[in-house]
Amino acid sequence: MTMVEADVRLIAEKAKEMRRQIIRMIGAAQSGHPGGSLSAADIVATLYFHEMRVDPAQPHWPERDRFVLCKGHAAPVLYAALAEKGFFPKEELLTLRRINSRLQGHPDMKKLPGVEMSTGSLGQGLSVSVGMALAARLDQVAWRVYALLGDGEIQEGQVWEAAMAAAHYKLDNLCAILDYNGLQIDGPCCEVMNSEPVAEKWRAFGWHVLEIDGHDITAIIGALAQARQTKGQPTIIIARTIKGKGVSFMEKQVGWHGTAPKPEQVEAALAELA
Amino acid sequence: MSKIATREAYGKALAQLGAQNPAVVVLDADLSKSTKTADFAKVFPERFFNVGIAEQNLMGIAAGLAAAGKIPFASTFAMFATGRAFEQIRNSIAYPRLNVKIAATHAGITVGEDGGSHQTVEDIALMRVLPGMTVIVPADGIEAEQAVFAAAVHQGPVYLRFGRSAVPQVNADNYRFEIGKIYELRPGRDVTIFACGIMVAEALNAAENLAADGIEAQVINVPTIKPLDAEAVVQAARLTGAVVTAEEHSIIGGLGSAITETLAEHYPVLVERVGIKDTFGESGQPAELLQKYGLTAEAIRAAVFRVLKRREGK
Repeated sequence: MTMVEADVRLIAEKAKEMRRQIIRMIGAAQSGHPGGSLSAADIVATLYFHEMRVDPAQPHWPERDRFVLCKGHAAPVLYAALAEKGFFPKEELLTLRRINSRLQGHPDMKKLPGVEMSTGSLGQGLSVSVGMALAARLDQVAWRVYALLGDGEIQEGQVWEAAMAAAHYKLDNLCAILDYNGLQIDGPCCEVMNSEPVAEKWRAFGWHVLEIDGHDITAIIGALAQARQTKGQPTIIIARTIKGKGVSFMEKQVGWHGTAPKPEQVEAALAELA
Repeated sequence: MSKIATREAYGKALAQLGAQNPAVVVLDADLSKSTKTADFAKVFPERFFNVGIAEQNLMGIAAGLAAAGKIPFASTFAMFATGRAFEQIRNSIAYPRLNVKIAATHAGITVGEDGGSHQTVEDIALMRVLPGMTVIVPADGIEAEQAVFAAAVHQGPVYLRFGRSAVPQVNADNYRFEIGKIYELRPGRDVTIFACGIMVAEALNAAENLAADGIEAQVINVPTIKPLDAEAVVQAARLTGAVVTAEEHSIIGGLGSAITETLAEHYPVLVERVGIKDTFGESGQPAELLQKYGLTAEAIRAAVFRVLKRREGK
């Protein structure tokens, strides 16, 4: 087994464990967003267990890479990754969305170590990522910024203000990843408000565009590496994903955007993710 | 006495601040000549970001810079800073308590000819309601300059409100501004006038005229609307027992509201509020607008008469 193969196997294990945690925590909370958390699990696992330099022992280590979860409602996938990485105890995951918990319904950087930006209101995260990338460049430091966007989210106009600015400032230390799962609350994105052709739009805005299968870990690793080597422009990885990925009855079902599984559904989902 | 617009003082202070503190960065949204951030851009082009006509992105980028340790001053007209980008300020700056300074210019009706679409009389209210936001309304050039330096060392989000038109100096040359303090500019025992921004000069003129009427008006400059120096506000109200507020802003949600809320809770006295009375502005020269919308020394004097008459009737 080559090193990359070993890495892929490890990341896949981590992603599966994160999916289990997503189901457990949303089930315990009886509130939250499973669909878009599950669709992003392979991407977020690859970021935290392969790509990014972060240190759970020093959450504010100045040299760390920054991850901005623009689609803040997918907080469970971030919390699962942070707990798995060791930023806080895994038991705490079950406090999601409860009173006095550090695990807010949407990520709160003031409460939970490892959360780089408070997000939740869609469309704002990429602007913040642009600001972080500008700061890194001003300070001539090597850390990079990773921004995970939802495909429904790119209907927000501010995303395109940020896209324009990132290309204008030639921010090659910024990598956006689009979790393109095709569904938003009211239905398929193409029916609610069609944003196609998506790749052409980002290209027209001056971005280096890569298109991959967002559940193919080898492809995610490769795309992130390509982004790192790209000079003079920001990169967006358009990752085709399946909403609810990993739980058969949740996959491609718009109803699982923001619905919590009942106890028996938690059991069934965990059995599939065993 | 020389007159200077607070936005002019802002531009000069920003350039000085940039020389002192390398963490200071400045952002603008295509209005740098008007907001005077161009003064900074000239000296520190690498630390200046013109984000184009995109105020939501302006606030978001400022938030990201602050999250990475910079001290960003984000500037545009007050209308667009607080109105267009309100939710970005709320969720990307105030909610995570990021160290962003929102330095907005062309506030109030003295924007003048551009008309009602550009004359924000709601910005203080919008910023005051945000948890953790400091709201500063300088009255003259000296105060504006010092407020910029004070904001830079203050940890947390700050809203600085600057005006377009030149205003007379109301503070002494040796004045020392501190966030959260109010300042008595003229003593008096009959009535207290709390004013901010360009209305401080009008309040002083009103007090001068009132003295001729035999009324000794205390004039207090309230540069920090939030956090309000509640103790000092109550102390002044105790002394005179009658209060007038004056601001170039809606009487809803601004200085008048802040003072009235504080007094109602701690020391209820009669209050008259001078300000924009729940209406939009229109095109015109600043002086004409101030006259038409009742933001003059004469309007303050009339409000003093009203409040004293109400007190007599009690």
